[in-house]
Parts: sequence; structure tokens; C-alpha cells
Amino acid sequence: MGIYILKRIVSLLPVLFVVSVVIFGIVHLTPGDPASYMLGEEASPEQVNELREELGLNDPIPVQYLNWLGGVVQGDFGDSYFMNQSVLDAIFSHIGPTLSLAIVAEIIALSISIPIGIVAAIKRGTATDQSVMVVSLMGMAIPSFLLALFLALIFGVQLGWLPVAGYQPLSNGLWNHLQYLILPAISLGAIQAALIARMTRASMLEVLNTDYIKMARSKGMKERTVIYSHALKNAFLPILTVIGATFGALVTGAVVTETIFNIPGIGQLIINSIERRDYTIIQGIVLFVTLIYVTINLIIDLLYGFIDPRVRLDSK
Amino acid sequence: MTTELLNVEQLRTHFYTEKGTVTAVDDVSFTIHEGEIVGLVGESGCGKSVTSQSIMRLYDEYMVEYEGKIEFNGDNLLNYPIKKMQKIRGDAISMIFQDPLSSLNPVFTIGKQIAEPLMLHHKKSKKEAYERAVELLALTGIPSPEKRVHEYPHQLSGGMRQRAMIAVTLACEPKLLIADEPTTALDVTIQAQILNLMRDLNKKLQMGIIFITHDLGVVAELCDRVMVMYLGQIVEEADVKTLFEQPLHPYTRGLIKSIPQMTGERKSELSVIKGNVPSLTNKPKGCRFSTRCEFADEKCIEEMPPLKTHSDTKKVRCWHYEEIIAREEGGHVHASST
Ligand SMILES: Nc1ncnc2c1ncn2[C@@H]1O[C@H](COP(=O)(O)OP(=O)(O)O)[C@@H](O)[C@H]1O
Ligand code: SF4
Ligand SMILES: [Mg+2]
Repeated sequence: MGIYILKRIVSLLPVLFVVSVVIFGIVHLTPGDPASYMLGEEASPEQVNELREELGLNDPIPVQYLNWLGGVVQGDFGDSYFMNQSVLDAIFSHIGPTLSLAIVAEIIALSISIPIGIVAAIKRGTATDQSVMVVSLMGMAIPSFLLALFLALIFGVQLGWLPVAGYQPLSNGLWNHLQYLILPAISLGAIQAALIARMTRASMLEVLNTDYIKMARSKGMKERTVIYSHALKNAFLPILTVIGATFGALVTGAVVTETIFNIPGIGQLIINSIERRDYTIIQGIVLFVTLIYVTINLIIDLLYGFIDPRVRLDSK
Repeated sequence: MTTELLNVEQLRTHFYTEKGTVTAVDDVSFTIHEGEIVGLVGESGCGKSVTSQSIMRLYDEYMVEYEGKIEFNGDNLLNYPIKKMQKIRGDAISMIFQDPLSSLNPVFTIGKQIAEPLMLHHKKSKKEAYERAVELLALTGIPSPEKRVHEYPHQLSGGMRQRAMIAVTLACEPKLLIADEPTTALDVTIQAQILNLMRDLNKKLQMGIIFITHDLGVVAELCDRVMVMYLGQIVEEADVKTLFEQPLHPYTRGLIKSIPQMTGERKSELSVIKGNVPSLTNKPKGCRFSTRCEFADEKCIEEMPPLKTHSDTKKVRCWHYEEIIAREEGGHVHASST
């Protein structure tokens, strides 16, 4: 098992390498640079060029890339051009809200979508099933920023139940922390919930039709045991895949939501950094988010092996 | 005569489907006695599985309607609330399915799957149930059962899996075992082993067995009595010996003719019954077999023959079987046009 995990981690390195090349290229080849932003609009081209020279931005791009990569492999992502901070410090001071938001969104999404997916599958073809399908279709179709505005308007402005925008860290108390996250989490998690509900329904429907479910019933198993033990454990594999894919999307998709709800997370950091061409921060965030993404997928794969003995054997 | 175990009377199973209601089992009556092995044969699609799963009421109740009576130990199972039905399933009646790979749950160990009904119906502790699981696996002839209980279905060979499934169904020592084509998915040598096993277990545990197959050869080897099914109905019922000596129904005769005969080194030419089983939405009005029967006449096409008692041990559903036999005994049998 240990060797397997190690192998998987090693196999992630090429992915990270490719991502680093691509993001470095994109950042450095788009027009505009930190030097001109630092000096403001009045600066003469000579002044800008001088600063570029000083920052090493006039070196050939491959050289700049290797310099940067050299730092990265040693855990040094460089410093921000604008903030008096290293890239890692900047990321760590913004990752908390983003992860909190993603986790709350995922918990809300899962606790709604899996039960209703199961119920829809059990009551397939009935009005209940059809409502689940329609609502989940709406959940997938509605843009999350619209949902965000809508929720803020109703529950924040009209009813005043929850704050309209802002953020409080967990250290200020759980409820203080959560109440700022609920609306953004719902608007962020809606698409996920819809996707997971549909996948749960489809996966359960398939499993409920199998011979081993018939066999479980023929053994006299209670319907509850049949569904929550015999069926769900099998149906869970494809659901898990969707959860993995959508959790990554939660982290990246937070950009818009964080902006609307004014949450000081990675989303805000990257928007500000793109605006002022804070190269090192942009590169750092993209690499970092990629790392989160691949780690989650690795965890999902390991869970797969944990749930399905056939996968466990194959991976030996 | 031994005691009656199961008595099915005028069973009809209707499914609500998108294309309307279809009747897959249509007026089926039969009796199974304690310790008896009864074969249920017919081409695929004749309603053998539906008959057996109706006995255990395994279909989603809102998609199906049962009519008639299924009396087990004198009680009509069709009147049972579902909770009471669950107490019978896997305990007094259990069922072996055709494909052991798809019928065993891939994510549970063999041991868990055998232990489950024991813990549920016999209130055994987990430890006792697993110990019993090992004994049951040994009973079905699986080598090193202590090791196998902890394995998953995909780790066993096909024959081994079928033995494991038999162990699951035997766990609570059922009075009635329904085996739905338990050997169809297996190769010939393993098939023979499984048949031997079923015969042994039947003697040892005195359980009644309904053995479903489309292979009359298997019936000849294993069963005491046979019921031949065609398009949702029983068309002939007889004890095994007389069925093969003197089949009455044209369909049964066709089936017997199509058993592969080993003549020397080569299999003799198989004669197959012409045509296909009509669909449930397109059943002939009269005799269900009339679209394929070489003896069919106007009456056969218009009127459905009743299941008639021919002798103590024989029943048949055909208007003309007496004439057909008489003709044959008189030596006037027409050469089949095939
Ligand atoms: N759940 C169901 N809903 C509708 N029709 C069914 C269902 N199960 C079986 N049937 C139909 O009933 C007929 C008999 O099927 P079955 O009993 O499986 O045949 P077999 O004799 O091969 O076991 C077939 O025409 C099949 O299509
Ligand atoms: S009733 Fe007629 S059609 Fe049906 S089996 Fe007998 S002879 Fe053939
Ligand atoms: Mg069948």
C-alpha cells in the first residue's frame, strides 16, 4: 500500500511540471507587466525598462522560468512584487477562507444531494423523482453568481437572517464563522449538489437492478439494509468520482463567489494579482490549486480501493 | 404420499410496463412435496424465472400484481405483509440464481454474505455465524473454507462461486430451495459436480427443490418430477421416467428431440423446434403453442386447451395429444418436415 501511494505521488510530478510551464508561459506572454504597474501611467518607457532590468524581467523567458523553478523545487515560490510578503505567506493567509468555503459548500451539497438522489432512485418514475430531476436540472443551469445575488437579496437584505457579505475566521467562534459562509456555500455548492444528486440517482438505479440486490432481497434482508448497505456501497464508486471532480471545482470556482460576498480568500488574491500582474503570486496560486486538485484525486483513488476489493487487488 | 410443502394455485403474474400490462405467468398450478426435486423446464422467456421469483415475491410491488394462491405450509404467501415475507425469504425458502458472479455482492466477503441470513433469521452472533459459514462452505465442497470466508467473489473461480452461493442459500436450512438455472453459466464438468452436490444436499437436508433449467438432460439426471412450461403456462407435468418414455405434449416432444445425443464421436444433428416464442404482447389466442405446432388446427388456434389430467402422474395441456399418440403407436407418424 505504501509503495502504491508513493508511486502515485511520483506519477503526479509530470502533471505539476506541465502546469508550471503552461502557467509561467501564459503569465509572461500576456501583455503588461508588474514594472509598468508599479511605476504608474506617468512613467517613461526608459524608467519601466530600468525596473524590468532590475527585476530580471528582461532575461530570456526560459532563463526566468528555470530561476523560478529552481526556487520552487526547494519550496521557495518567490516574493510578491507588491505585497511585502513571500508568495507562500500570501497564499497561506488567504487559503483559510477558501478552504472553509469549499468544505462548507461540499458538506451542504453532499448532505442534500445524496439522500435525494437515493430517494429519487427508489421512487423512480414518480412525482418525487421527477421533481428531483427538474430541481437538479435548474441547479445545474443557474449561474452561481445569479444564485449568489438572489440568496444575498432574500436572506441577507430582505429577511436579514444572515449577513449579506464579509468574513470572520473560525477563531472568532464557529457560528460567527459559519453564518458568513452559508449563503456563499449554497450558491457555490448548488451545481455540485445537482451533479451529485443526478449521479447518485443514476448509480443507485443501476445497482438496484443487479442480481446481487435481488439476491440480498431473497435472503430476507430488510429493505433498509438492502439500500443503505448492499446497494449504496456499490453505487458509491461513481458518486465518489463526481465528488472528487467537483471539490476541485469548488476551490477554483470560489473566485466569483468570494468577490460577490467579499470573502478574503484565494479568489480575491488571484483577481488582485492578475490585475497588477503580480507574476509570482499568480504562478504560485495556480500551482498550489493544482496540487490541491491532484491530492484530492489521489485520496479519491485510495478511497476507491478501500471500498472496492477488486480495485484493491488490481493496484497491488 | 409425503406432505405438501408448496401449493401454487392459478398463479398469474402481471407486470405493469411502459407498453401496458403483460402477463408473464398465466394460470400456473403445481404442488411441491417435502424432499422432492421438481424440474421446471422450457425455452428461455417461457416464464420460469418469473414463476420462481413470484413465489418469493421478489418483484417491486408497485410494478407487479399477483393473482391466485401461493400456499406454503398452508399459508397463502400472497396475503403476507412484506415484513412477514422477509422472514420467510432466506430462511424457509431460498433461491440460487443463474450467474454466481453477478449474484454475489462484489464488495462483501463470502463470509459476510453467508453470515447475514444467519444473523438475521437465526439471531446468531457474528462469531457463530462466521463459524457456521466455514462449515457451510466445507459442506459444499470448497477447499480451505477458513481462508475462503475472508475472500471476495472475484477471487473465486466460477464453480467455487456457485458453491459459495449454494452455501449462502443453505445457511438457514430452507425447507424449499429454488434453483434458477444454477448450472447454465458453468462448464460441463463443474455442472456435473454441482448437480451431485444438489442431489447430496437434498438427501441430507430433506429439502424440496424446484430446479429450473432449459436443459432436459439435466432434468433426467436429477429430478423426480418435471413441469414443462411454455409462454407462461404449464403445458405438461409428469414424473421424469414417463416424461421421457412417453411425452404427451408436442412441445415436450420437440424439447426431447432437441437434447444433444452423443452418438459415437459426433453429436447427432440437433432438431430444434421451429420458430420463436411469441412475445407477451402478442400471445396466440388459443393454444399458446399453436404458432409453432405441426398438429395445430382451427380449434387449437381459436380455443385454449385446459390442463387435463391424463393419469395419476401426468397432466397435459393439448387438444389433440391422444390422437397424436394413437397415430404414433399405430405407426402412422408423419415424418417431421424438418
Ligand atoms: N420485471 C419484468 N417486467 C416485465 N416483463 C418481464 C419482467 N421479468 C420478466 N418479464 C417477461 O416475462 C417473460 C418470462 O421471463 P422469464 O421468466 O425470465 O423467462 P425464463 O423462462 O427464461 O426464466 C419474458 O417475456 C420477460 O420479458
Ligand atoms: S392444442 Fe393444438 S396447437 Fe396446441 S399443442 Fe395441442 S395440437 Fe398443438
Ligand atoms: Mg430465467
